Amino acid sequence: MTLSNSSQSEPVSRGFRLLTFVDTLTRPIFLAITTIIDLILTPLQRRIGTDRMGYLFVLPNLIIFGIFVLFPMLLNFYYAMTGGTNLFPQDRPFIGLDNFATLFDCDDFLSPNTCQEDLFWRGIFNTIQYVVLQVSGIVLFSLITALVLNRNIAARGFFRSVFFYPVLLSPVVVALIWKWILQHEGVLNAFVETFGGESVRWLLDPNWAMFWVVFVSIWALMGFYTLILLAGLQSIPPELYEASSIDGANTWQDFRFVTLPLLMPTMFVVLVLALIRAVQMFDHIFVLTGGGPGTRTQLIVQYIYRTGFSNQIQLFGLSAAASMVLGITLLILTLLQLRLGNQSSLS
Amino acid sequence: MRTDRISVSEFLMKRSGGKTLNTSDILTYVYLTLGTLLMFGPVVWLVLSSFKTQAGLIEFPPPLLPYQQAQVEVEGFDKPLPLFRVRLDDGSVKELAQVRRVGIQARMIDPDNPAAEEIVVSIEEREKVEELKLAWENYFDPLVELDSFDFFTYLKNSVVVTSVATLITLIINSMAAFALSKYQFKGRDAIFVLFISTLMIPITVILVPVFLVITTIGWKNNLWGVIIPGAATPTGIFLLRQYMLTIPDELLDAARIDGASEWHIYWRIILPLARPALAVLAIFSVMWRWNDFLWPLIVLSQNDLFTLQVGLNAFQGELQIQWHYVLAMTVVTLLPITFVFAFLQRFITTGIATTGMK
Repeated sequence: MTLSNSSQSEPVSRGFRLLTFVDTLTRPIFLAITTIIDLILTPLQRRIGTDRMGYLFVLPNLIIFGIFVLFPMLLNFYYAMTGGTNLFPQDRPFIGLDNFATLFDCDDFLSPNTCQEDLFWRGIFNTIQYVVLQVSGIVLFSLITALVLNRNIAARGFFRSVFFYPVLLSPVVVALIWKWILQHEGVLNAFVETFGGESVRWLLDPNWAMFWVVFVSIWALMGFYTLILLAGLQSIPPELYEASSIDGANTWQDFRFVTLPLLMPTMFVVLVLALIRAVQMFDHIFVLTGGGPGTRTQLIVQYIYRTGFSNQIQLFGLSAAASMVLGITLLILTLLQLRLGNQSSLS
Repeated sequence: MRTDRISVSEFLMKRSGGKTLNTSDILTYVYLTLGTLLMFGPVVWLVLSSFKTQAGLIEFPPPLLPYQQAQVEVEGFDKPLPLFRVRLDDGSVKELAQVRRVGIQARMIDPDNPAAEEIVVSIEEREKVEELKLAWENYFDPLVELDSFDFFTYLKNSVVVTSVATLITLIINSMAAFALSKYQFKGRDAIFVLFISTLMIPITVILVPVFLVITTIGWKNNLWGVIIPGAATPTGIFLLRQYMLTIPDELLDAARIDGASEWHIYWRIILPLARPALAVLAIFSVMWRWNDFLWPLIVLSQNDLFTLQVGLNAFQGELQIQWHYVLAMTVVTLLPITFVFAFLQRFITTGIATTGMK
């Protein structure tokens, strides 16, 4: 795709011509719209003054934000404190903190079986396990890949695209690709049998299922973090490596004392972004295993979806309460990021 | 154009100052080769598999390429007959067409000599003649005949959601970013902090109340219910505001002296100047919306409103997974984004690398 620049110029210019064509077509429409808006706004501007026009510009975004983000955020607290299966708040009985009591009703917090909402706790434990495995895998593999791509290699642009390509695929597509490979009569088992092993039901074995769920999401997402790390690597001034080579440093020492310390802020960004993303993981797993076998790969977001939307009895209150637990977790992670981010930029 | 002929190893080493390959170079290329196989292999396998027939898909171990049993037209038969390679009693091997199979015996006919008598052979003495053939029907059946996967409707819905949502996001986010970066009004900073503080609060945290709002407005099972809730992205505001801060205020003052209205300044000066940031946001928005899954899954429950992702999920979730169709439709779903990537990958990769957002 990027091997040669010369062959690329033609489709780009063709695309550009198409854009110009669309532009010519839509220009009169836009012109008409903006003229009308101008006719309305200009007298208003004379009336309220230039600086207050800011309110007007911020208004459309603020309205949508207010109705679909801010108001629901506040309403979520109310939902979390009501019971029943009615969607409309006026029909829902107020039950105080009962939903939270239900969620946290456990004899022993370490074994989900003793909890009233065992699915919630299983979701939490699965999420913790998933997050630890997935995030460490992402950080490790995207770091290695970024280091490799940062070397003086031929066709770097091509290889960069190779690792980035899966990022663009939709989660449903990614999950279906792997579901097909991991089938019992799939190509992976064919390999296993060729090398003398026995076929495994990859997605029905509890531990393998968790492994593959982690693996597939690393496969799909690591290209994104590789790019960020690559940008971080390329911002390290080459003079530093010259200096260290004058001091007689070897490759490992270069990495340990030049690359790693200077890459730390970028690594930190990657860690936090990956963490926040992993905590909310839903779609890959939902299509790949549906949360199974049993509830082995069911994470917290799927619990929220299941409790509030896909179960026969829709417990919106419990779902909202669980989502508040998720929200608080995200809040803590974000604050941690700000705190540590400030520290790392100070030092 | 000048073409220099260089050997493969010289090409590989062209940036390493002409030294010979050392261990770490070899490791690098091994890693890159394995990585390429791992990243592209599954997609290639998907595409190859999608051209196999239903019968071809259940073969184990699976052949690499889509083979099908060869068929021949034989005079006197309406349908083409399957071709077999048969070992005859005298030990010779001949390609014969099967007329019908009875128990463990099969009645065969010589396609070159249809007038001759039918030959009865044991089914153990014959093996299929296979040829490379693409099962295009996997693509055509669902696109044309099958009711359970209405590809063009899903595609239309996905395109509508993606393009309308991206347009709305670009317009309202850029207006808000303009206000927040270029005007001094009371409460400006508070509004900015309010927007940005939701950067880390995804819709998954407020599913139930947003669903209520959508239901109250009457947007359940309506594409607007998918489009609008995510339109006011904090990411977009942040990105555009940071960019607009770099546009000098003197430019706006000069325009004001020339009598330009504020709307005029936004539309004619700010928007064209913010084009690079708008392009990055547009790419992000297209990716978010095209791949969006959980929220459309909740809002849309009518088949004719499904987006591609929701439709594909419903299709693969049917009791009997019809893999030959599912695989073909998966390929069709990933095609648009692959083309976009092939043309815009430089844009996309640098855009993400510089902003560090997704």
